[in-house]
Amino acid sequence: MKYVDEFRDPELIAGASREIRRLADPGRHYRFMEVCGGHTHAIYRFGLKDLLPENVELIHGPGCPVCVLPMGRIDDGLFMAAQPDVIFAAFGDMMRVPGATGSPLEHKARGRDIRIVYSPADALKLARANPDRHVMFFAIGFETTAPSTALTLLRVRAEGIRNFSVFSNHVTIIPAIRAILDSPDMRLDAFIGPGHVSTVIGCRPYEWIARNERKPIVVSGFEPLDILQSIVMILRQMKDGRAEVENQYARVVPWEGNRAALKAIGEVFELRPYFEWRGLGFISQSALRIRDSFAAWDAEKHFLTPGVRVTDPKASQCGEVLKGVLKPADCKLFGNECTPEHPIGALMVSSEGSCAAYFNYEHRKSELVTVSA
Amino acid sequence: MCLAIPGQIIEILQERDNLALVDVVGVRRKIDVGLLAEEPAKPGDWVLIHVGFAMSRISEEDAREQMRLLKMMGEHAAAMEEITGYGLDDSVARGGP
Repeated sequence: MKYVDEFRDPELIAGASREIRRLADPGRHYRFMEVCGGHTHAIYRFGLKDLLPENVELIHGPGCPVCVLPMGRIDDGLFMAAQPDVIFAAFGDMMRVPGATGSPLEHKARGRDIRIVYSPADALKLARANPDRHVMFFAIGFETTAPSTALTLLRVRAEGIRNFSVFSNHVTIIPAIRAILDSPDMRLDAFIGPGHVSTVIGCRPYEWIARNERKPIVVSGFEPLDILQSIVMILRQMKDGRAEVENQYARVVPWEGNRAALKAIGEVFELRPYFEWRGLGFISQSALRIRDSFAAWDAEKHFLTPGVRVTDPKASQCGEVLKGVLKPADCKLFGNECTPEHPIGALMVSSEGSCAAYFNYEHRKSELVTVSA
Repeated sequence: MCLAIPGQIIEILQERDNLALVDVVGVRRKIDVGLLAEEPAKPGDWVLIHVGFAMSRISEEDAREQMRLLKMMGEHAAAMEEITGYGLDDSVARGGP
């Protein structure tokens, strides 16, 4: 274990690992999905797979907002960026994500005004500083970032700012989990629930997973010990024949979530009837669009959005990897045509994408082993 | 974007609603605390910050652990770049006003 000496409590880690081995029935194969991309990153970064018995398998879920965005939305955003006097503002994570006509970074090199911001409030600041330009903020993220976009739009309306709009690509986590459970090729036993999304939505929205699907879900923190403890909690539930929502991350996640954040989301956004997810297809009521009362700041209404639909490159298997049906290294393009330096799919761009995480930690590790052998 | 950055509220600013000065390992920036409206933020509080907005209140110990976790995950530089990059209104020089 490469990183074991960095762990806060190596003894506790070893204890949790032993407890997992004790609880797991050797005659059974367990498939647990970690929903959140932050967990995927941590699992690879800390080599947690090495601390689990072979029959406890972690399946990487859809919780990386950059990765689930269909390519056509990037092209729609870049179409807006090509309109006169437009400044395209987005988080840095978006810059290298390829659209059909190139990534935002490549469009910047071709002369578009494309800027990185770290907060939607900074995109608003750009609009104030450039009154003769139109700032379009390419909003992305689950419930973790949607409240910040909502508060920014509330502020924009209060201040009567006109040269600002939001292209909402916000998605919601619950319908994605439902789609995965409904998918016939997915067999899952339990979920490691997202940490920071749950600070906003709380734990109640997961109750149907336990009650109707009879599958445990444990909301987890991001430390190696948090993730292992969550797996222990899941295995205990299964051993006892229970299926419950439990909160391992109670030090940060209140059971009821953040009411002010939910209120802001509700004021500004409403559910889209359906939205396309990369790899998962169209999922009903799975994304947020801007309410009519904020139409003046809705980029999809401000611009004649082309609504581009682009199919992924034929050879890439992002969809199967996103659904957890294939491991990253099983994709035909992995590590040869598709690398973090030259990504073809978004899963290879974001540090929370399972392909990038797998490439940076597992693939490079095996390369080192080969070289030194 | 999905990084949660721990910081301590230094001062609630008067220039507009819900603006606070926060300290993240010595770097001071303005963030929005409007999402903590249920129990308004006050100086000394430790918070987790997402994209320029304080999202939840945490203990000082958890703030330290979160910073340590970011270092362990190799995300520390990205987190500091994000914090340094916040330009909510105008940034304040180290040491504060």
